[in-house]
Amino acid sequence: MIKFKLIAGISLSLLLARWKQTLVAAIGVTFSITMFIALLSFMGGLNSLLDGLIVNRTAHVRLYNEILPSRQQPVEQSDDFKNKYAFIHSIKPRNERLEIRNSGAVIAAIRKDPRVVGIAPKVTTQVFYNVGSIELMGVVNGIDPEAENRLFAFSEYVTTGNFMDLKNVPNSIILGKAAAEKMLANVGDVIQVTTSNGERMSLKVVGYYQSGLQEVDKVQSYASIATTQKLLGETNSYITDIQVKLKDILQAPAMAKEYGQLFDVEAMDIQTANAQFETGSFIRTLISYAVGITLLIVAGFGIYNILNMMIYEKMDSIAILKATGFSGKDVNHIFIAIALSIGVFGGFLGLVFGFGLSAAIDQIPFNTPALPTIKTYPVDYNPNFYIIATVFSILTTYFAGYFPSRKASRIDPVIIIRGK
Amino acid sequence: MNTTVLEAVHITKYFHDPLDIQVLKDINFYLNRSEFVSVIGKSGCGKSTLLYILSTMDTDYEGDLLIDGVSMRQKKEAELARVRNEKIGFVFQFHYLLNEFTVLRNVMLPGLKLGLHSEAEIEHRAYEKLKILGIEQEALKRPNQLSGGQKQRVAIARALINDPLIIMGDEPTGNLDKKNSEIVFEIFKELAEVYHQTLLIVTHDNEFAARTQRIIEMEDGKIIRQ
Ligand SMILES: Nc1ncnc2c1ncn2[C@@H]1O[C@H](COP(=O)(O)OP(=O)(O)O)[C@@H](O)[C@H]1O
Ligand SMILES: [Mg+2]
Repeated sequence: MIKFKLIAGISLSLLLARWKQTLVAAIGVTFSITMFIALLSFMGGLNSLLDGLIVNRTAHVRLYNEILPSRQQPVEQSDDFKNKYAFIHSIKPRNERLEIRNSGAVIAAIRKDPRVVGIAPKVTTQVFYNVGSIELMGVVNGIDPEAENRLFAFSEYVTTGNFMDLKNVPNSIILGKAAAEKMLANVGDVIQVTTSNGERMSLKVVGYYQSGLQEVDKVQSYASIATTQKLLGETNSYITDIQVKLKDILQAPAMAKEYGQLFDVEAMDIQTANAQFETGSFIRTLISYAVGITLLIVAGFGIYNILNMMIYEKMDSIAILKATGFSGKDVNHIFIAIALSIGVFGGFLGLVFGFGLSAAIDQIPFNTPALPTIKTYPVDYNPNFYIIATVFSILTTYFAGYFPSRKASRIDPVIIIRGK
Repeated sequence: MNTTVLEAVHITKYFHDPLDIQVLKDINFYLNRSEFVSVIGKSGCGKSTLLYILSTMDTDYEGDLLIDGVSMRQKKEAELARVRNEKIGFVFQFHYLLNEFTVLRNVMLPGLKLGLHSEAEIEHRAYEKLKILGIEQEALKRPNQLSGGQKQRVAIARALINDPLIIMGDEPTGNLDKKNSEIVFEIFKELAEVYHQTLLIVTHDNEFAARTQRIIEMEDGKIIRQ
């Protein structure tokens, strides 16, 4: 303890004797840690915002049917052709409906699964919007507005009108904003839609839907499940999609596989469906870390320089410390302590300023039609960033101090003293 | 009480740069407790080189060195540092005080390193040593505020702080004027006579040497008279 105090005391005195240079070195660390924190917090905020768009607004597992050729062709089921190769040409998709068979039982089974937060069934169908004599391609999503909103924040997309009107107003539709603009359809207007089977129906516009993606908003519109079933002339058990939200999103791929086999349907997990978003987040994070660490390394060179200068200036002091009984290890510790105190002091200020800068970014207005709930730039106050910054600032200063300290510890007092 | 505190046994040293030269040739001598010994010889005869070996700072030599009856040959760097800290007080021609610290703190540093006493106790002892040297009123000044003679006295106080077995000096009066040299010599004499301190002082001042108890005379890396 007394020894620690002694080493620390000597370090402090050497440091204070050169306080201006020390301060410059510490400011270097402060600057880099500040930028590191601010950059990562901002990028983190942006990432979780973008991830949130996906994760909170899409199903973690989606069950549906796709029109595909049979996986097993009849010839493969025949005993006569076992152990033979079959070459089959011009396979056509089997004539199958998009309906999920036995959807009521499937929904009931999934609801019982403890890993599931909730499910929202859906009926999707292609339609034409009739505008005078012109027909526009469109897709009507028949949804349960309550479930859709609870699980996937549906109301955030509905920029005009009340989403619950889908349920409360019979034969109602929420149109994609871009589609509505094309059709010159205002809220309260009645529009005509035609299904691929030729069924025609009048629907009342109760709101606009805006995802922020023009291509989506030109096509997508929403109605209740019942309205869509009526449009298709199907019974009330007709469901084409089951959207499942999980407690743990990481289980999605495994559970998609499980459900796919169990219910004999196609099952898509969110990770597979949105692989490109994960890559984007990863790259952004990687760039932030690379910039932050580069800044820290530059600050490390600052510390390296100041220590080398100090050691050069303090040769005599080092020699006399050694002559009076300080070991090479003690001298080494003195200079490591100087490096670390620059790192700890500069790093701590950096954490404080980094937090301040993040808070400042958090105040900058940021308005975008795609994200009506966001008013300022997103910032992620993740404590991990602060922990990583602390660890890195201590590590870089330690390594910046390592070689100069080792040099100091190896100074031969005889050479210095004889040189006088 | 004529115990040996330091013994040089066949100490030989070469320098290899720029040429192989033998600077010390088979040095053998004893130093007894409470002896005040001076080493003299012409400039370049190897006095400093010998003293650096005796003080354990230079380990590149042949032969053996016994301090307090213990061989220094096999000791590691940290162990030798401990020996210097505990048993040897060194006074150089140049004072080598640390300007970052007060005079008092400079004297205390080797004591704090040894860690035998509490900080308060070491401070008290440092004041005592400064008192012996008559500079206790300078205790809280910085070394660069002192005169050359005062600095050298602080360096002696620092050498005394751990009550060393031996005080070694390499021309400690070499940089001082006549008056200050006299003061420093009187201090050494007082240490020897009053405190029975063992002293081994290299000097080229023959007048100084003549007043010590024993003279070791060197020439060309050899002891020619002791
Ligand atoms: N590092 C060195 N390399 C080569 N020769 C040296 C070195 N240091 C000292 N010498 C030589 O060793 C001899 C003894 O030097 P030194 O012990 O300093 O003499 P003194 O102290 O008696 O004046 C001198 O001739 C000197 O030139
Ligand atoms: Mg000399």
